[in-house]
Amino acid sequence: MTQQMRLTCPAPQTDADTPLPRHAMRPTGGAVDTGQIAMTGTGVTTTGDAEPAPRMGRDALSRRIVSIQFEDLAIARWLRWATQRHDAPPDDLPVILAVDGAHGPVVYAVNRAARCAGLQPGARVVDMRALCPQVRVAWADPDGDRLALERLMLWARRWCPWTALDGCDGLVLDTTGSDHLWGGEAALLRDMEGQFSLLGLSTRLAMAPTHGAAWALARFGPVRAVVPPDRLAQATAPLPARALRLDGDTVLLLQRLGLKTIGDLAAVPRVSLARRFAQTALAHNPLARLDQLQGRLPEPVSAEREPPRFAVQARLAEPVQDPVPHLPALCAELCAALEAADCGLRRLTVTVYRADGEVSAVTAATARPSRDPAHLLRLFDDRLDRIDPGFGFDLITLTADATEDLARVQTRLDGRADDGAQLARLIDRLVARLGHAAVQVPVPLPSHIPERAAGWLPAMSGRDANAMTRPAHPRPPCLFDHPEEIRVLYAVPEGPPAQFVWRRQTHRVTRFAGPERIAPEWWNDRPGTRLRDYYRVEAQSGHRLWIYRDGVLGDDRGDVPRWFVHGCFA
Amino acid sequence: MQNPSDTVFPGADRITETVYPLDATLSELFATSTLDAAVTGFACAQLAGFAGDDRPVLWVQDRLSRREAGRPCLAGLPHGLKLLHVMANRPVDVLWAMEEALYSAGVCAVLGEIWGDPPALDFTATKRLALRAEAKAVPALLIRRAATPNLSAARQRWRIGALPALSDPYDNRAPGAPLWQADLFRARGRAPGAWVARQDARGLVLSHTTQHDVARQAIA
Repeated sequence: MTQQMRLTCPAPQTDADTPLPRHAMRPTGGAVDTGQIAMTGTGVTTTGDAEPAPRMGRDALSRRIVSIQFEDLAIARWLRWATQRHDAPPDDLPVILAVDGAHGPVVYAVNRAARCAGLQPGARVVDMRALCPQVRVAWADPDGDRLALERLMLWARRWCPWTALDGCDGLVLDTTGSDHLWGGEAALLRDMEGQFSLLGLSTRLAMAPTHGAAWALARFGPVRAVVPPDRLAQATAPLPARALRLDGDTVLLLQRLGLKTIGDLAAVPRVSLARRFAQTALAHNPLARLDQLQGRLPEPVSAEREPPRFAVQARLAEPVQDPVPHLPALCAELCAALEAADCGLRRLTVTVYRADGEVSAVTAATARPSRDPAHLLRLFDDRLDRIDPGFGFDLITLTADATEDLARVQTRLDGRADDGAQLARLIDRLVARLGHAAVQVPVPLPSHIPERAAGWLPAMSGRDANAMTRPAHPRPPCLFDHPEEIRVLYAVPEGPPAQFVWRRQTHRVTRFAGPERIAPEWWNDRPGTRLRDYYRVEAQSGHRLWIYRDGVLGDDRGDVPRWFVHGCFA
Repeated sequence: MQNPSDTVFPGADRITETVYPLDATLSELFATSTLDAAVTGFACAQLAGFAGDDRPVLWVQDRLSRREAGRPCLAGLPHGLKLLHVMANRPVDVLWAMEEALYSAGVCAVLGEIWGDPPALDFTATKRLALRAEAKAVPALLIRRAATPNLSAARQRWRIGALPALSDPYDNRAPGAPLWQADLFRARGRAPGAWVARQDARGLVLSHTTQHDVARQAIA
């Protein structure tokens, strides 16, 4: 089993707007010479008044975008489900998946046999039945397909950090700078196609400098097309106008105008196209789509979450069941990278990629920035056991999701570690096992209601509790979350009880102190909240309790007041 | 540490008192009743010496202890004591959290509360805690309510109950400073015994006052 590791430091997404972070300024593998691109960017325009491609901080055609189209995702999912029930039809039997339409069921997806028999998606099921009586009809699951596609999108992060959904049947990946890790662009595409075919999915892929070009080439171009920037115009010219991601009406209009290919459209003067399609939306605007395809209009791959700045991964030759033995080396690698950049991490994620297309992640957080491999390793102590290994993992990624600057400092002259760091590590470990809500620190709050006098904050928040002012009257060391009601027997309604029953035991009051009257906070409480009269009582058995009467008789806020135990005194 | 002092109890004769320091080892505190907080008060009196420390006390509770005995109230604890509160669902998590805290040098003391007799709290678990507490010189207290004193490696095992309080000097109808019946029924390195315990400015004070004396003080 071989283990390869690498440090991915992806280049940022935006072209010119944001200044690049210092650590991200690394040479990207897929970038090409900028002078060459400026020439080709203007080469396709034929009119004199056309402006050259806008020169930005980075060249518009320097990125490498991969577009993936899944041909039969819905059918493949349905087939897998049917195979589990031992109900899968033979390959030559036509199968269609249907969804509800306005006038009865409508075909959503067809398999290869059905396509050969002339059945098409979008048609009505009754018509298709008439055309091909032996067709098998099943209900489609578009929401499930969408979820499966989202899982595949996460799974595709094994190749590059930026992946996003592209329509309902495709993915788009920004592989700039990642291809050399897979042996070149063509090898990368072959690897993608092979991995997806192992999952039972047939794909069409293409790599191009822009999203539009990759989309068009994946669907209408040659198999596994790889187009460098200087051949972009030449490679996309023969593609049909449908390849511009336009809707059907606009494609029909272009066909009536005689503009059947992208090359035809590019040969039309820009001014004419702009005059004709100036105000239309993107889906109806051939000029904007053409600009996107040629890189004049930026169209970045927008991933849901910003890819992490620091990531290391272990690629395994064979799937393994247990990712734990690979973690120490990954932690050491990540911490070395963090140290080189003078950073410490606050949140750390282990992501394991299963061979059958599932992704699982386990996240741990730290109370203060850290880059200590032994400490980070301990945060995952027995948390990876809960991941279902399935048929095994073949890729393990360790990413630092949140980082902060952490310079080397010596806090004490005698060289010992300071206590704050020790406490922060303890909090990290407690939180990693018990959760954020279980580890808390009390903070005093400005309120005289006993249960509101202290708030509880997660210890991870880093707030240091300052000392509380001592209240005038003694308070019990522990308070009940919910005061417990007691049945009382009293001599006078305004005084303390003579006897009460709490937790099924009768207590006779021998001594008491009080009352301490605590009025409701009218600016916080609901109208009708009653005041409380607190008594410190000692029972005959020696138990000292803190009880209160909720309201007084005749305060017009309810009937006879009830009594509660709020805490136990020492 | 024997520290005889000549303080005069109000309403009692000259009594020999001992200021009892908190040893850096595992002590188990059994509550005689689940209806009061005498054992919590006894533990807080022992922890009062850490009030000025800038490291917190780790206070771990399991679910039942929190529901039945309540959650720590900042205003009722010794003034200046810093707290890190952990709520664990299972007793095994309480033991794990105590052990982790004893492993690190970030806390000044560890206080755990476990309800009943869970199987996870056996001789091995207590021995681990005791050895670790002694190695790191951090005191560990384990409060046990509704529990039976089974086999354990705790170096000191106390049984704590509430006694009628001293009378309030300004109000003879009110309870004053609390008194506890502290019964050290198993100890290593010192003799077991039974005392009446109370807290004053020096910390936890043990004295050999009898029930009769206490009753006399209560009447006085």
